Amino acid sequence: MKYIDEFRNLDIAEKLYRLIDEEAKDLRQVNFMEVCGTHTMAVERFGIRRLLPENVKLISGPGCPVCVTPKDYIDKAIALTAIDDIIVFSFGDMLKVPGTNSSLLKQRPSGKVKVVYSAMDAAMFAENNKDKRIVFLGIGFETTVPTVAASIKYAKKKKLKNFFVYSGHKIMPPAMKLLARDKHVNIKGFLCPAHVSAIIGVKSYNEISRKYNIPCVIAGFEPLDILQSILMLVRQVRSKKAKVENQYNRVVKASGNIRALRLIEEVFSIKDSEWRGIGVIPKSGLILSKRYADFDIENNINLQEPKTSVDKGCICGSVLKGIKTPLDCRLFFKKCNPNNPYGACMVSSEGTCAAYYRYRK
Amino acid sequence: MKTITLSHGSGGTLMHDLIKDLFIKNLNNPFLNKLGDAALINLRANKLAYTTDSFVVKPLFFPGGDIGKLSVCGTVNDLAVSGAIPEYLSCSMIVEDGFSYASLEKITISIRDTCKSAGVNIVTGDFKVVEKGAIDGIFINTSGIGEVFKNSNMSISRIRPGDKIIISGTIGDHAASILLAREELKFKARILSDCSPLNKLVSSIICRGIKFMRDPTRGGLATTLNEISLASDYNIAIEEKNIPIKESVRVLCEILGFDPLYMANEGKLIAIVSKDSAGSILSKMKKHSLGKDARIIGEVKKEKNKKVYLKTQSGGLRILDMITGEQLPRIC
Amino acid sequence: MCLAIPMKVLKINGDRATVSSGGIQRTIGINFLKGPKIGDYVIVHAGFAIEKLDTVKAEETLKILEELQ
Repeated sequence: MKYIDEFRNLDIAEKLYRLIDEEAKDLRQVNFMEVCGTHTMAVERFGIRRLLPENVKLISGPGCPVCVTPKDYIDKAIALTAIDDIIVFSFGDMLKVPGTNSSLLKQRPSGKVKVVYSAMDAAMFAENNKDKRIVFLGIGFETTVPTVAASIKYAKKKKLKNFFVYSGHKIMPPAMKLLARDKHVNIKGFLCPAHVSAIIGVKSYNEISRKYNIPCVIAGFEPLDILQSILMLVRQVRSKKAKVENQYNRVVKASGNIRALRLIEEVFSIKDSEWRGIGVIPKSGLILSKRYADFDIENNINLQEPKTSVDKGCICGSVLKGIKTPLDCRLFFKKCNPNNPYGACMVSSEGTCAAYYRYRK
Repeated sequence: MKTITLSHGSGGTLMHDLIKDLFIKNLNNPFLNKLGDAALINLRANKLAYTTDSFVVKPLFFPGGDIGKLSVCGTVNDLAVSGAIPEYLSCSMIVEDGFSYASLEKITISIRDTCKSAGVNIVTGDFKVVEKGAIDGIFINTSGIGEVFKNSNMSISRIRPGDKIIISGTIGDHAASILLAREELKFKARILSDCSPLNKLVSSIICRGIKFMRDPTRGGLATTLNEISLASDYNIAIEEKNIPIKESVRVLCEILGFDPLYMANEGKLIAIVSKDSAGSILSKMKKHSLGKDARIIGEVKKEKNKKVYLKTQSGGLRILDMITGEQLPRIC
Repeated sequence: MCLAIPMKVLKINGDRATVSSGGIQRTIGINFLKGPKIGDYVIVHAGFAIEKLDTVKAEETLKILEELQ
């Protein structure tokens, strides 16, 4: 695959592992945090962790949008499937997340839950099935938000009265700022998310890097991207610098994607948002703007407060912040595992706990 | 549109006509034609392999095959990888009231063609119709018997450290074709299911050097290797760069976040073979049309943690677990 | 969170384009791109091109990586 395989080259990877080893030798333990589910997956899939030196620790932060979606969102989504003419459309990622009593996967056989690759497919289904109300579960960070915004705009253009979005979208920089401030987490560098950055550009990271004196490298998803970015972070730490570098400059522009940003601004507004396991982070969530209120399911249906259960013993919050590892959780492995997940960190295949389960068992 | 109704399953004239005009006409052989309650078979063998499988695939028709072809290949292949020559199959169908006659005919013709290509016969069968909604369309069960090759000596207990692992061809083709056939993902590609009968390939390679064989169907290559590792106690190590995979399947997996190692195959086999026989088994496999992409992908190790390790294409090391549940398309 | 791969633009029709990689094709939205051309590589996520791939910069990055000692 062009522009992918070249960035998986074995010889260059081995060179990078060696350089990281050499240049990190005299450093004290450093924690580098990635905040992107796709980075978590890539690190696990390419077996990168095992080959890094002991003193360079890669922590997974709250970069998995599925993992940080509050339980009551799932409960409300499941409640929507019970309404006669409603079909819930979702990205596959959300299906296995446990709600209080069930999951969307368990509702799928009824035909009331459909998996799509694009929000646009849900909008087009609504266009061709006017007798049904289609609710799309809007989950994802800034990479996905513009695609959902474009689908909503399409629905407006086509004057659809039966297409809705239940927004659970969140934005990344406020969470990064929270983590940067947290002395427990002790982050010495951020691997910034590749495609979120393609949308938002470098501005947000400049603020974080300057204010909290933390090196930031925008990293692509291929093994060579991740390894080169780790090397760049190591070099910044050694030179006691803290700045923003763009390793993924073949895709990420410093200004980000202006059209996408404009569309997000048009279709969505910022609000406070609850992150599962972390709590409310101010101005970190997106809700449909007034102009697009007709497409917001929360304006059109009274989504009753479900009786959402509390996860006892689940320390996903600490794991998401990188303060604790899954090994510190007393539920991990015996009670909480991919077959019977308690918290979102285990459900999502890129959640830290799921990755640890696969990697350590 | 002509459909199957409850009357077609009730034992009366409609059913007898259906059996004659559809099943006997197409699957025609001396055993089935007798329409006895059982097929009476003379066996020479003192060791038989006997297997059964049920088929519930959706969609029923997909690029490269259909449920009919699958139902023959599934049973033929289970016999073949057990070191047997498949010969006699049974076929039971349960059909939903209202099922299209044309579809049933198409499926039956597929069964006929696949039997011919594999050199097997459906010697006994059953046909039932259930009320609408009781099942989804059609379910098929096949079972099969075959004589075990005299020079077959396969057993998990024969597996030893140093044994090589051979796969007969590219992985993930079947699952990818089903994914695309389900259409809601809206990708276009010419990916065909690899659904094929493997018995003739097995005949060409069977020898004492083969310690064990299995076909990596549901759960894919990684699941099958885990099963073998668990049963034999030994670790298994494979290398990503040696695993054959079609470019189109690879790309589809990258886009949707699927792992081809866990995707079903319906025309592939894994053979655990002695180090000394690996070279010759591989070259025999490659001479056969169903084995032209065969590769040695790894080996059995002496450690006994019952784990399967993958050396990734960029040098890292990954543990391949048992999959939990179905893979779903991801954005993340 | 951003599963996406570079795909080549084959056809453009308003704000939709057909892209391809390894024999897989799909129609996607190109609303976020400025002046995409046939033959461009674009990063495809959830049915949309979120950015163009700068092939010159890609080659530069590879060159830097190859030249590392």
